[in-house]
Amino acid sequence: MVKKSHWLYRNYDIIESLILPNSSVLDLGCGTGDFLKLLKQKRNIHCQGVEIDETKIVQCIKNCIPVIQGDLDEGLRAFQSNSFDYVLLNQTLQMVKKPELVLSEMLRVGRKAIVGFPNFGHYKIRWHLLKMGTMPVTQDLSFDWFDSPNIHLLTIKDFRNYCKSKNYKILDEFFLMREKANSIIHLAPNFLATEAVFLLER
Amino acid sequence: MSHSSVGLVKTQFFTFGDAKNPLKLRSGATLEPVIVAYETYGKLNPKKSNAILICHALTGDAHAAGKHSSKDKKSGWWDSMIGPGKTFDTNKYYIVCSNVIGGCSGSSGPNSIKPNTKKEYGVSFPVVTIADMVDVQKRLLEFLDIEHLHSIAGGSMGGMQVLEWAVRYPDFMDSVIVIASTSKLSSQSIAFDAVGRNAIISDPHWNNGNYYKMKKQPNHGLAIARMIGHITYLSNLSMNKKFGRRLQNKKTLSYDFSNEFQVESYLHHQGSVFVERFDANSYLYVTKAMDYFDLSEEYGSLKKAMKRVLSKVLIISFSSDWLFPPEQSEEIIKACLSVNKTVFYTKIESSYGHDAFLLETKRLTKLIKNFLNGIQ
Repeated sequence: MVKKSHWLYRNYDIIESLILPNSSVLDLGCGTGDFLKLLKQKRNIHCQGVEIDETKIVQCIKNCIPVIQGDLDEGLRAFQSNSFDYVLLNQTLQMVKKPELVLSEMLRVGRKAIVGFPNFGHYKIRWHLLKMGTMPVTQDLSFDWFDSPNIHLLTIKDFRNYCKSKNYKILDEFFLMREKANSIIHLAPNFLATEAVFLLER
Repeated sequence: MSHSSVGLVKTQFFTFGDAKNPLKLRSGATLEPVIVAYETYGKLNPKKSNAILICHALTGDAHAAGKHSSKDKKSGWWDSMIGPGKTFDTNKYYIVCSNVIGGCSGSSGPNSIKPNTKKEYGVSFPVVTIADMVDVQKRLLEFLDIEHLHSIAGGSMGGMQVLEWAVRYPDFMDSVIVIASTSKLSSQSIAFDAVGRNAIISDPHWNNGNYYKMKKQPNHGLAIARMIGHITYLSNLSMNKKFGRRLQNKKTLSYDFSNEFQVESYLHHQGSVFVERFDANSYLYVTKAMDYFDLSEEYGSLKKAMKRVLSKVLIISFSSDWLFPPEQSEEIIKACLSVNKTVFYTKIESSYGHDAFLLETKRLTKLIKNFLNGIQ
């Protein structure tokens, strides 16, 4: 079950709830390794992180989280097929240059993939674009167009359509609404949700 | 002497092996006695759980930190990393570093006196391998009463020894640190070594390796070998930054074959300094040991080799290192991951080339200190 921690981190709670104890988890763009550390404590997972930033790698090492330096846009060459139960990609899909490659690699290396991303279909974003005519800057997507790391923005509908076209099975999906303290919503997610988490299988 | 130095140190010697019980080498040959030159820094704790072995690179030696005399201009080769409060903190750890066999800085090598002859071995010294070097280090540690290591670290050829250790004696250490190294040299790197050896062998003063009592030494050949080596240790970028096309001490071309360019003069200097401290025959032996090293051949495949590993593995490569390129480190990582080993890997963005492992001290420190702290 999804636990109640600080609402800002609700997406982590959801991901945690999806991961079975004693499984193996590969976290792409693992940052400082804090989340894997938590999963290790709570779920006793076997874990591995991939991170591109050297200062964050130092933090992972400090956290005793196994990490290798790597660029997701080069694929997951270092990893064998089906070598992890779960491959995670949280809040990063919209930042990679080759989202198609990253998703297919996730589902090659992992038996299941967990993907979390900000929903560009959210009504405030739509309204901003309609009313202002400028690229929306929100709390989830807090950059101007010229310095944004978010280069592949997508909506929940986009993602569902894409999975369908690739025959990726959506095993579970969660939609969070920031305006309701990130509580899970079911109604009109592509319009109301600020964030989505998907559990996929090939 | 700065407060973060280990201060004045002395090289010590350990001898083992006799006619009845010689050291058996991979080649099938035997060696006795075996002399090992080594230095230690810091104190072994009562539980003997804080020892770290440092493995040196091609032209390194046992003198890794501190000074032999207060008049010494230079400190040991890894003084930036070893000392009180430093990466390999001598307040916490007991550091051991020994000269490899085949070397020329106190351990048995071609310039050692062959028993019952009063003459140096020369090329009658048996060919040694990285595995032989490791076996000798293990004998030294046993002599020092160390049955288990907290970690083993080394760069370049030192990293080869570290890998050999991790695979060969997997339960002897908790962790290994492999910097700018490889599980086997590429054809290109072997080629550079071969040119270096050829420079030495074709020096008329080399005299089939019997030059120790001669007036003239194969300094010219050895210097050229070193010059070639130095080119491979730098990157195109770092060389350009350092020298560009600048001329040495003049402004106009002289239209002759003197050392005009700064880079020429630099290489020349490196060559002439090197012959003062290194033995030409040793250069042949140690480069050959590097060329022979191939974990995948020794254990069937790299995957099979890494499957034996029980320690935590930290691998560090440098983006501009073309002698031991990052891809070679990544191959080791890939093999480790395929057999579910705990690995930490980072490629440091640096323009220094292979030499980065001796220069990127600050960044290495951050990675290694945290890694060592996390080892239980």
